[in-house]
Amino acid sequence: MSAAAPTAGAGPARALRIAPRRKATNVVMLGLCVAATAATLAVLAWIFGYVLLQGARYVNVAFFTQLPAPVGEPGGGFLNALVGTGIMVGMASAMSIPVGVLAGIYLAEFGRGATARVVRFVNDTLNATPSIVAGLFAYTLVVLETHRFSATAGSVALAVLMVPTITRTTEEMIRLVPRTLREGALALGVPEWRMTLQIVLRAAAPGVITGIMLAVARVSGETAALLFTAFNNRFLSTAIDQPISSVPVQVYTYAVAPYDDWHHQAWAGALVLVMLVAIFSAAVRLATRSRHRVAG
Amino acid sequence: MSVEAVVQPSVSEGRARSLRRWGPAALHGWTSPDAIFRKACAAFALAIAALLALLVYELVRGSSLSLSRFGLHFVWDRAWDPVTEHFGAATFAYGTVVTSTIALLLAVPLGVGIAVFLVEMAPRRLGAIVAFLVELLAAIPSIVYGLWGLFVLAPIVQDHLAPALHATLGFLPLFSGESHGVGMLTAGMILAVMVLPFIAAVSRDVLMAVPRTQREASLALGATKWETIWHVVLPYGRAGISGGVILALGRALGETMAVTMVIGNTPQIAASLFDPGYTMSSVIANEYAEASGPLYLSALTEVGLLLFAVTFAVNALARLLIWRMGRVRAGGSA
Repeated sequence: MSAAAPTAGAGPARALRIAPRRKATNVVMLGLCVAATAATLAVLAWIFGYVLLQGARYVNVAFFTQLPAPVGEPGGGFLNALVGTGIMVGMASAMSIPVGVLAGIYLAEFGRGATARVVRFVNDTLNATPSIVAGLFAYTLVVLETHRFSATAGSVALAVLMVPTITRTTEEMIRLVPRTLREGALALGVPEWRMTLQIVLRAAAPGVITGIMLAVARVSGETAALLFTAFNNRFLSTAIDQPISSVPVQVYTYAVAPYDDWHHQAWAGALVLVMLVAIFSAAVRLATRSRHRVAG
Repeated sequence: MSVEAVVQPSVSEGRARSLRRWGPAALHGWTSPDAIFRKACAAFALAIAALLALLVYELVRGSSLSLSRFGLHFVWDRAWDPVTEHFGAATFAYGTVVTSTIALLLAVPLGVGIAVFLVEMAPRRLGAIVAFLVELLAAIPSIVYGLWGLFVLAPIVQDHLAPALHATLGFLPLFSGESHGVGMLTAGMILAVMVLPFIAAVSRDVLMAVPRTQREASLALGATKWETIWHVVLPYGRAGISGGVILALGRALGETMAVTMVIGNTPQIAASLFDPGYTMSSVIANEYAEASGPLYLSALTEVGLLLFAVTFAVNALARLLIWRMGRVRAGGSA
């Protein structure tokens, strides 16, 4: 780096020259920082590349249209898991989006004082709660009461994981809406609630929606919270009071089983999950180009 | 925003009323639409607080049987025997602590190094792209890491890394014995990759907040770029970076699927990192669905309660550090 090079001019240049050891340390340490970045990107490329290559070999039409084949028979697919993930993520969204968006509005618009501080802290705590703990919660709340694993229990667990992300992004996005827009609306005599819902929320909508998509992408790949709430189901089920399959749980089941055929399908499932995440992340990136990191 | 949407509503509700609430003192009547809207939003916000309270209540209720049976002894009891119904969490706590420690030892230097590269060295556009890619690591589902760890990383550890470590550092108990691929070292390495983006992202934000003048003063005194980073920039951001590291620790403690797939799931306290172990989250993931008997289930739930308590404390500490960093900055003192 040239920043510390001796200044040119008439002065005693020799006195300003940097000792070789300091110079070497400088180069080595800065080099290590570059190496750390390169190594991390290499691991990222390795994981993505491997999943892509393996997944592409085994993903086919049957993967999306067929139910799992009996053990030992080749073929079969993830239809039951795809349907299950769709149902549970849909139910979890229905539960978590109203709560998250309205709570986000509260924090951004009215959130001053102790209540808002508590809610923000609680939201951060929920955000950091391990997903397996959300699964335990849904188990004691739903499975113990109804005496069976069910899609409902699974979606309750997923909703718990979605709420903090949605609340947080909604708050951040609404804060970005310029003051002038609010003042303009109020000056025209619009009541506050209409101003908030129809002007502010609509202006913030792209950001709020990408935040919701981010939450959806995250829980679509969620396994731990579903293991003992939704459990698994080798058959196509759409009943919300019955055990149901999901893509990540099926990937897990197949990965730890001793059959090569199942391992292949697990890679195909992993590819689907990774593509989902990559597409959503890129969309979020595009929608919030001016800001970095939507939720952390 | 269409103009119609703005103009229409004002006609309906009576202009005088709208005008009256000009200004900050907008409280007028408990049943006005605005008051109802505010209360509805507040109710949903409080619902989040209620959700956390309910979560804690359910966890305590679920583990009450185990709590009353084993008491505090549960935390350091090494037994885990479903047959005689004698349960303790010590082996899982050990596995969790060891894997998280490995993860942080690997991820902290890498994460801070990335942050230094992004803030101090990379051109803006390149930095933005690299930052996006690093954050992509945080978005990959845990199960995919587990799959990769099981089929790609574990064989490499078994065939190359473990023998090499054993040959050079084998005199340490940490690297004694043989590796079968799955074990605490592999789990720690996977965890390191998973928490790396959190450390990198927080450190980057913190370094970007260090005032330019600090760097310029140091460079003007003749320090090299690295000396400036090491003696000025990093110490300035120490509290914030620590906060990021602790945040990452919270993630590592609670991470489940990837660890479950590569740690070997054996309840034991082994000195060698090559040996299989068990963590608090992986024992729940692995045994909960099949647990028979209320006491067994209750003991597993108590492990979950402990895990929640630890991650809660760790997260609160991280928030405190990051918040303090923000206050120091706002105060303008170095």
